Amino acid sequence: MFKWLRKKDKKETAEVPEEKKLLGKFKERLSRTREKLKEGLGEVFVIERNVDEKFFEELEEALITADINIDTIKRLLTPLRIRVSQGELLKTSEFKEALKAEMLKILSLEPPAFPPEARPAAIFVVGVNGVGKTTSIAKLGYRLKKSGFSVLFIAADTFRAAAIEQLENWGKRMEIPVIKQKLGADPASVVFEGLKAATSRQIDVALIDTAGRLHTKYNLMEELKKMARVAGKAVEGAPHQNILVIDATTGQNAVSQVKWFKEALPIHTLIVTKMDGTAKGGIVLTLTHLFKIPISFIGLGEKLEDLEPFDPKAFVEAIIP
Amino acid sequence: MFENLSDRLESTFKKLRGRGKLTPSDVEKGLREVRLALLEADVNFRVVKDFINRVKERALGAEVLESLTPAQQLIKIVHEELIHTLGETAVPLNLSGPKPIPILLVGLQGSGKTTTAAKLARFLKKKNLKPFLVPADVYRPAAIDQLKTLARQVGVACFDTQPDQKPVDIVKHAMAEAKAKGYDVVIIDTAGRLHIDEEMMNEVEEIKKAVEPRDVLLVADAMTGQDAVNIAKSFHEKVGLTGVVLTKVEGDARGGAALSIRAVTGCPIKFLGVGEKLDALEVFHPDRMASRILGMGDVLSLIEKAQEAFDIKKAKELEKKLKRDAFTLEDLRDQIRQMKRLGSLESIIKLIPGIGNKLKDMPFDEKELVRMEAILNSMTPQERRYPKILNASRKRRIAKGSGTTVQDVNRLLKSYEEMRKLFKQMRKKGGLQALARNLFGM
Ligand SMILES: Nc1nc2c(ncn2[C@@H]2O[C@H](COP(=O)(O)OP(=O)(O)OP(=O)(O)O)[C@@H](O)[C@H]2O)c(=O)[nH]1
Ligand SMILES: Nc1nc2c(ncn2[C@@H]2O[C@H](COP(=O)(O)OP(=O)(O)OP(=O)(O)O)[C@@H](O)[C@H]2O)c(=O)[nH]1
Ligand SMILES: [Mg+2]
Ligand SMILES: [Mg+2]
Repeated sequence: MFKWLRKKDKKETAEVPEEKKLLGKFKERLSRTREKLKEGLGEVFVIERNVDEKFFEELEEALITADINIDTIKRLLTPLRIRVSQGELLKTSEFKEALKAEMLKILSLEPPAFPPEARPAAIFVVGVNGVGKTTSIAKLGYRLKKSGFSVLFIAADTFRAAAIEQLENWGKRMEIPVIKQKLGADPASVVFEGLKAATSRQIDVALIDTAGRLHTKYNLMEELKKMARVAGKAVEGAPHQNILVIDATTGQNAVSQVKWFKEALPIHTLIVTKMDGTAKGGIVLTLTHLFKIPISFIGLGEKLEDLEPFDPKAFVEAIIP
Repeated sequence: MFENLSDRLESTFKKLRGRGKLTPSDVEKGLREVRLALLEADVNFRVVKDFINRVKERALGAEVLESLTPAQQLIKIVHEELIHTLGETAVPLNLSGPKPIPILLVGLQGSGKTTTAAKLARFLKKKNLKPFLVPADVYRPAAIDQLKTLARQVGVACFDTQPDQKPVDIVKHAMAEAKAKGYDVVIIDTAGRLHIDEEMMNEVEEIKKAVEPRDVLLVADAMTGQDAVNIAKSFHEKVGLTGVVLTKVEGDARGGAALSIRAVTGCPIKFLGVGEKLDALEVFHPDRMASRILGMGDVLSLIEKAQEAFDIKKAKELEKKLKRDAFTLEDLRDQIRQMKRLGSLESIIKLIPGIGNKLKDMPFDEKELVRMEAILNSMTPQERRYPKILNASRKRRIAKGSGTTVQDVNRLLKSYEEMRKLFKQMRKKGGLQALARNLFGM
């Protein structure tokens, strides 16, 4: 949904030649669906009309298809319904602005300082499998380095095949050192060694890559707690920030993810990845509504530059253009 | 967090029951609860709409209106229709025709393609086929390494992809090598891609044209939300899917994406990924997925299992005995035997919804049942019928005979006493049905 925000360096694909009619038609159809997707919630507001039950019904549908959960929809619409019953917001255009304002109220949470002040600052990046933890760490490292901080990566995903190599590969590209042990090593011991190295090398920020884990897995969540405890033994007050990574394509399960990760570790902030897809990412609203955890960054692609600070206004404008 | 659909329907209908028979509008109210449950399970909005319309017709029939248990009837219909939509039976891989057989895995970033490729290789190897893994993701750092490592873990061959090769060339070369070396199945792992990324979608289309895969599988995350329909539709239009693998199913996602994807593509779900380890691949069972989407864990199959295992006649007898307060150790032994027939306790516990997160991954001591039965077996029938006669020397004999200790025997007797007390209380409170409800949450 955030395609327009993305700094694109890929060339736009050229016009389809006339003779490839079949293919052309197909593409046309595809782009038509894409147009529709992009509009998303905006569709409800395209034609100016009166706010009535039919409108509410359509709006609710649109909010649901954006992965916003029923409780959050109620939270958004209840105050607006009251205003409508009092004779306000009777036109859809007025209503639209009021809805955006309600969304902003939910989303306007101040994210914690990045990087945190401690030196070295130890940051845990956690989340379920495949959401984009390792890639986000690379992007954060890139960002920090550009603003002059010294960075260290700690490869504490010792479980997934080639997870260490993946992080090393990113490290090499940016000349960021990576502390690692071998596949199958105790992740807590990697954290300890990594943070000790960060201290002795006087590194500003240590980013800790953890293995993907489903929040329902008791032993893996215990392992995470242990890693955090051990971090505190290596560096006073560590971890200084725990970032939970959420995939924007996720549906209602994201609620459960936050709930259970929060149970294991204090979650200070979220990174929402894959916002460059067609998922509207409405789950963001639900998460901030239910848990009041601020969002620091959003992922908009697979490249190092594809990470932006979360801007609630831009988000709301994108969800309701 | 989500209330069980069954509970919700019960309470919806309870309010109405005072008036006697249900009316069609009552059923509509019930259907609204069903709709909500499906949306909470991430089934796409439009898919839900179509589905409810289909169910409505049946639900307005006599089956529900005249039933004494309309909530259960409605759930039964919804459940059946869900199974129907999900596809009645499991569809296997298409392994017929000349070898090597190419299988192409596609999907969004991070959905589990590479892991699934290795799982499939292991699955096929077990069937005595010779699989060949082909890394065709040259973009993500260490993606090639990842599949090569997994191939080693499974003990199957892997194409030696070089990162500067073009994916289309990789798969052509890999097919040639597979032919030359006599591999049976070529499993191609592609890079994760967004369905709206035209360049990347063209690439996967080219790969498809180059190898003409027998199966094109969309690997999709069970936690996917409403967008599942757009993703599945785009991939299907571009490369013509033949099936779906739903991953990360062992978590607590309700998995409505399964229904959405099936509804928009018509493609069968062929496998489920149920863990990160390479043996965590299951053949798809529509009935289980249906219960899960309804937020009922696997209660339905649990109840079926229980019904199969429990001997109705014995259950009736037991009920009578309980009424007379004549529950003996003999009866306890019957119960334990029936429990054991239910299968692995652990697997049953996991089927029950609303079980605490922690309990889910806790090892459950099945040995305890075995030990209990052994103790009971070492008693004489008279001892089982009249436990009062169990003195110290008898207990020592029983412990020795069952390979346990006197403490174990005492523990069993204590549990038995507690059970009797519980039954007594229950008799006062309202009987066995309450017990069944407590046990099964129905
Ligand atoms: N389109 C898009 N893809 C992303 C984004 N962030 C990450 N990815 C891709 O998502 C996939 C998974 O990313 P990883 O960083 O490996 O995810 P992870 O959470 O570390 O995965 P595990 O360690 O296996 O649990 C990769 O293909 C990434 O390139 C994003 O913002 N947009
Ligand atoms: N819990 C669980 N994790 C899984 C399952 N299948 C895959 N994973 C994990 O999901 C993450 C991503 O898996 P990959 O196989 O790397 O996904 P991919 O689709 O190849 O990712 P890209 O190539 O980056 O697009 C890894 O951490 C896997 O271990 C599953 O069924 N259950
Ligand atoms: Mg990772
Ligand atoms: Mg992969």
